Amino acid sequence: MSESLRLRPPRQLVSRRAIAWWTAQAALEVAAVLIPLGGGWILWSGARPWLTGITIAVVVVGLGYVLVMPQWRFRVHRWETTHDAVYTSAGWISQEWRVAPMSRIQTVDIERGPLQQLFGLATVTVTTASAAGALRLAGLDRALAEDLVEQLTHTTQATPGDAT
Amino acid sequence: VTQTAPRNPDWQRLDPRMLAVTPLRQLAGLLPVIAVVLVIGVRQDIGGQLYGLLAGVLVVLAGVLRWLTTRYRITKERVELRSGLLFRTTRSVPRDRIRSVDVTAGPVHRLFGLSVVKIGTGERTDGAESRELTLDAVSAAEADRMRQRLLNRLGAGNPDHSGVPVEPTATELAALNWSWLRFAPLTVSSLVAVGAVAGAFGQLIGEVSDVADLGGVRERLSAAPLWLGVSAFAVLVLVIALVGSVLIFVEAWWGFRLVRELGGTLRTHRGLLTIRSVSLEERRLRGVEVIEPPLLRIGRGARATAVATGLGGGRGALLPPAPRGEAHRVTGAVLTEDPSPTRTTLRRHPLVALRRRLVRAVLPVLVGSAVLWLAPVPAWAAWATLGLLPVTVLLALDAYRNLGHALTSRYLVTRHGAGVRDTVALQRSGVIGWTVSQSFFQRRAGLVTVTATTAAGGGAYSVIDVGHAEGLAVAEQTVPGLLGPFLQYDVGGATNTLSSRL
Repeated sequence: MSESLRLRPPRQLVSRRAIAWWTAQAALEVAAVLIPLGGGWILWSGARPWLTGITIAVVVVGLGYVLVMPQWRFRVHRWETTHDAVYTSAGWISQEWRVAPMSRIQTVDIERGPLQQLFGLATVTVTTASAAGALRLAGLDRALAEDLVEQLTHTTQATPGDAT
Repeated sequence: VTQTAPRNPDWQRLDPRMLAVTPLRQLAGLLPVIAVVLVIGVRQDIGGQLYGLLAGVLVVLAGVLRWLTTRYRITKERVELRSGLLFRTTRSVPRDRIRSVDVTAGPVHRLFGLSVVKIGTGERTDGAESRELTLDAVSAAEADRMRQRLLNRLGAGNPDHSGVPVEPTATELAALNWSWLRFAPLTVSSLVAVGAVAGAFGQLIGEVSDVADLGGVRERLSAAPLWLGVSAFAVLVLVIALVGSVLIFVEAWWGFRLVRELGGTLRTHRGLLTIRSVSLEERRLRGVEVIEPPLLRIGRGARATAVATGLGGGRGALLPPAPRGEAHRVTGAVLTEDPSPTRTTLRRHPLVALRRRLVRAVLPVLVGSAVLWLAPVPAWAAWATLGLLPVTVLLALDAYRNLGHALTSRYLVTRHGAGVRDTVALQRSGVIGWTVSQSFFQRRAGLVTVTATTAAGGGAYSVIDVGHAEGLAVAEQTVPGLLGPFLQYDVGGATNTLSSRL
């Protein structure tokens, strides 16, 4: 058994617009923390000595998160379908690779949140009979996602059996 | 026994004795309230009595309505259940999707010779729509007939309308041994017993103390020395835990038998007051699990459960808490493997995994202690926190010792747990996908967690903190060709696909 056995990255990148989507998402998350802090700073002058430090720390960490996370994710998030399987990788600091064989796929869903719609993106969720094995392909181009769903549905319908 | 609906001879009603059972069970549920009312005494006004009467009539009416509107039928292909008056629902389950048939009879049901039949399909439940049919209730004989008809695929071809119950030949795989009663106090049921008694006692005190101070008991109690009170209390709790857990064990496991019936069905049968029978199609079995919770483990005991599709919520128990050897023997017998794959010698995981566990055991304690040192609390609090170290370190060592995996000809075996030890043998053909995950620290340590997804049981079983290359190789060997196309094998800069190497 070799030490150099490894998973190769899936072949397809997600849409480049996913970077913008993740950035917007991260910015919103950071804002959700910063706005109450800022409000506290304005309204409660007694707390300013220590609140200032916390706010600055949140701004620095948040800025790093907004700038780094989307780029990092874009390099990790990939997907691929072969004749027999769907293969995805996701994450940034923690990473995850998932494989589901075509013959075990039960449903293929498409989903577009408000932010994703803004950027013309979609998430495709591929579920198997397992309660824990769903594959999520986030940040795909919308048209591509729809084609993919059609193709996957077609392929899995042609496969007999109850997928358990 | 069953009556037929006038329109269609196939449709059957539930057993009419249900009309008596439903109100009685409602009444049983109200017993504590009634008892309190009797003890404390409520002002008897006409209004209260009227409401009581009205409620009683409504309960009976609801039962009648339910009986009138509920019908079921078993055709060659499907089991169908119609119910409801305003919201008519028809539930239909294809017979070839049926994975399990549970027959349960509580005390009131048994009094009337009835059983509740639950027909389970292994389908994933998204939201409220459960893919399970419940017939509450049919006669015990009908329930047994149904169970055999629905699960016995061999007999499915010839229509079994004769109504003569065919007793299939069954092999006994396990039966209750009363010496296992010694494991009862080592299970959570002892805690359940203490909790139940404490709850009831608390309620009683709350209600009685307002009425009277019972003969100055309180005064005498407060006069006694503290150590006496504490030790008396401890003994009391211990006795309740012991007696309660034994009672719960006896009620749950009385007459326990695990049998394999002709036609490929596994069946457990148990219970003193409430009789529970779980039948499971063998071809839905995807593996077995041997779980050793901390206390049971100290007593060298274990639990054995089935990993099967359409079998959740603790219904997969194959044994009462029993000696570890017996648990392994029974899992082997269930899988028709000897020795059981759960007994396989497992491969250790890299020593880095131990380092990870030690760091996780030591670091939080040190940080907590440091925080307490800086905080405005007495210094001994920080020292006392350090006293946790031996415990957490021992748990970390145990967690590492329990890590392991192995591959047999038909099973992927994996083990993990700190304190509790959990060994799973998963059918290799039951693996329907892989998740390989790696956290930042795992990446630095060269470890991965490889998770097999399956339609059965918990849905996913992990080989935790295994060496990177070894974990991937195990996944590929478990189900050849699934992960393989995505693996690379690097030799001095050149890259080969895995298939040319393995």
